Amino acid sequence: MEQVLFFAAAIGALGGAIGVVAMRNPFYGVLALIVHLFSLAVLFLLLTSAFVAAAQVVVYAGAVMVLYVFVVAYVGSGTESAWEPIPGQRFLAPLMGVALFVELSIAVIASSLLALGSRGPDVKAGFGDPAAIGNLLLERFLIPFEAASILLLLAAVGAVVLAGQRHGPGEGLTGSSSEHSAPEARSEGVPVGQSPGGSA
Amino acid sequence: MNIEWYVVLSSLLFAIGAMGILIRRSPIVILLCLELMLNAGNLALVAFSRMVGNQDGQIFAIVVMVVAACEVVVGLGLIVAIFRRRLPLDIDELRELRG
Repeated sequence: MEQVLFFAAAIGALGGAIGVVAMRNPFYGVLALIVHLFSLAVLFLLLTSAFVAAAQVVVYAGAVMVLYVFVVAYVGSGTESAWEPIPGQRFLAPLMGVALFVELSIAVIASSLLALGSRGPDVKAGFGDPAAIGNLLLERFLIPFEAASILLLLAAVGAVVLAGQRHGPGEGLTGSSSEHSAPEARSEGVPVGQSPGGSA
Repeated sequence: MNIEWYVVLSSLLFAIGAMGILIRRSPIVILLCLELMLNAGNLALVAFSRMVGNQDGQIFAIVVMVVAACEVVVGLGLIVAIFRRRLPLDIDELRELRG
């Protein structure tokens, strides 16, 4: 049963990953990534880490992918040009990927970790459930937890600053002066700090 | 299943993601391939945490998820800003950083 689940989830994860790389339309790529993330959540459950699996489904396949879907719908799915800037890139890039996989496999085989060939030690019933992870996060890993929350806040502020501007710097200056300010205000000169950031 | 299987699967997913970053040219798809690589790393972390019988690796995986969410937010904000300035969404056209 476990092996059937593992191979089903592994095939789903691999198929989703190949779909992300191969799909022409970015929208289908996002959908393939959702399949990939759900398969990974199944793999996390097989590794007895229930909380990480739940966070994977809720945070990744839920929230982050909705963000991707909105941005792809906003930007539109433009077709990529077939023009190759680097000659032979289409052949060299898969070669690099295969070489990376071979290198990682050699690292795994040569790591001489004997426990790799086992199923891992027997663990208690509460291994990886929300209570255990919550205890760890709020006691031993409190400072990384708070650092992660500050990082999330900074990312939110950064996204608002990056994407919240109504105009670019050049357009914003001319646009605001033609709309709002009278000619005498333009002769005084529009303050620099007011134009792009103030309108955001 | 042995832990080996999970680690080999994770390295395969990582290689596929790296290949996608090298092949594709649209910034959105490159962000998706970055997600692939981060998730491959997460799978390896959780597998090793199971191998050791210690939950610290799962905390590490959760922190990686937080960092990935931040990266997505900033990256998509950049893409929206690029799109609003009518610049082409193609990393070969965007190789100069100044607007």
